[in-house]
Amino acid sequence: MASYSTSEFKGGLKIMLDGDPCAIIENEFVKPGKGQAFNRVKIRNLKTGRVIERTFKSGESVEAADVMDVDLQYLYNDGEFWHFMDTSSYEQQAASAEAVGDAVKWLKEQDMCEVTLWNGTPLAVTPPNFVMLTVTDTDPGVRGDTSGGGGKPATLETGAVVRVPLFIDIGETLKIDTRTGEYVGRAKE
Amino acid sequence: MEPHADWRPTASLEVLKLRAEILARIRTFFARLDVLEVDTPALSRAATTDPALSSFKTCYHGPGAVRDEPRYLHTSPEFPMKRLLAAGSGSIYQICKVFRDGESGTQHNPEFTLLEWYRTGFDHLDLMDEVQRLVTDVLADIMPIDSVQHWSYRDLFVEIAAIDPFTATAAELRTVLQSRFDVTAVGLSLDDGDAWLDLMMTHVIEPRLRSGLMFIRDYPASQAALARLRLCSPPVAARFEVYLNGIELANGFHELADAPEQRRRFEADLERRRDSGGEAVRMDENLLSALHAGLPNCAGVALGLDRLLMLASGSQRLQNVIAFPFETA
Repeated sequence: MASYSTSEFKGGLKIMLDGDPCAIIENEFVKPGKGQAFNRVKIRNLKTGRVIERTFKSGESVEAADVMDVDLQYLYNDGEFWHFMDTSSYEQQAASAEAVGDAVKWLKEQDMCEVTLWNGTPLAVTPPNFVMLTVTDTDPGVRGDTSGGGGKPATLETGAVVRVPLFIDIGETLKIDTRTGEYVGRAKE
Repeated sequence: MEPHADWRPTASLEVLKLRAEILARIRTFFARLDVLEVDTPALSRAATTDPALSSFKTCYHGPGAVRDEPRYLHTSPEFPMKRLLAAGSGSIYQICKVFRDGESGTQHNPEFTLLEWYRTGFDHLDLMDEVQRLVTDVLADIMPIDSVQHWSYRDLFVEIAAIDPFTATAAELRTVLQSRFDVTAVGLSLDDGDAWLDLMMTHVIEPRLRSGLMFIRDYPASQAALARLRLCSPPVAARFEVYLNGIELANGFHELADAPEQRRRFEADLERRRDSGGEAVRMDENLLSALHAGLPNCAGVALGLDRLLMLASGSQRLQNVIAFPFETA
């Protein structure tokens, strides 16, 4: 089983902690001049997304997590699983609702997503930073209002609800920043 | 060859000028007190036995080489400076690079600049006063010291963590750390003894230290290192640490002059190193001979100059005050 010593700790390293795969966010070396050295580490649990702090006695080893990020194309949802495909090998992966998490509201068929695999199965899905989605429902557009002030909610084809300017109409395609969930603009034709 | 993107210094020219200014002020400070500047070897046959320190190891080839004899880069100039003291140098100071394997982070660089000085006829309390004078003097008009506090190791633990470090067991420390401060350490076992105190110190006490200069003294005898013991009850080490704005800056001792006791401590250190799988190093017989010949009553202190410069320049990272830190050395 691969393992890492505390001296190999750095941001991005994937390790197993309490049975869950985790990613190191920040590693701080702490040592009194005449005393025991420690690594104080900020860690993200890749299953829950929670960030915790943990201290290791320096020199300890921890098990490596077999975690890797791959770019896969989103295909479809069969009601239970979300299916993704490697566009060069055509190999498919099925992600559970837990793995898809909040990304579900941005998933559009054929978009490329970053899928985190743990021991070969999807653990988390990160949508593209920007997605183009069509408005399926919103109050009628207010012509001539381009101020962007105020705004109104709009439901998109994936079910996501975002705040859009008053002039947006049903059927328009919008560019959305998935990291903030904010409207960026109308999609360029 | 591709040019390296990171050939430039990580410290600004302004900070490098401040470094030069601080060095000049330190030399002026000691010149006025008639303390002699000395220069001792960085590369030694012997190494520190301290289990908490790890020496870089290398070897010499060429005329006079002894086959298979390692040489160690010093972790502090303490041993040869004590040989000078025993030979009658009187009070001395040194500014030099020291090297510690395994220590790298925002507050650590594996090679760093140490100011170490010894005052004959001083005990650790006298030397604490002098450290205060030096820091105040050197930082005058750069970073005024707004407060000076004195604490014993025990009172500080009682004040902040409500636990007596001299009587608490490792299990009790573990419970308090976990339940009151949400601190646990992967890999630390109940056999690790003083490491639990170190965990409390670094994770609970240090983050709560107030700004200004703080002296902590009377360490547990188990953390005496090269300090004399004061035979009160319980016995305490005549050792002090200096913190500036919550950052460990210096460590000082009323120096142990008892050669047989020093040898016992070296041997105990070497045994602990063996138990923890550390490098089996050679103890410094030259130091033991010097102590045997007679070390004058003295106190000594080592102060990290990069840390002082970091604090003086308002920085949070050593990399901002070292021209070429380890990563780009």
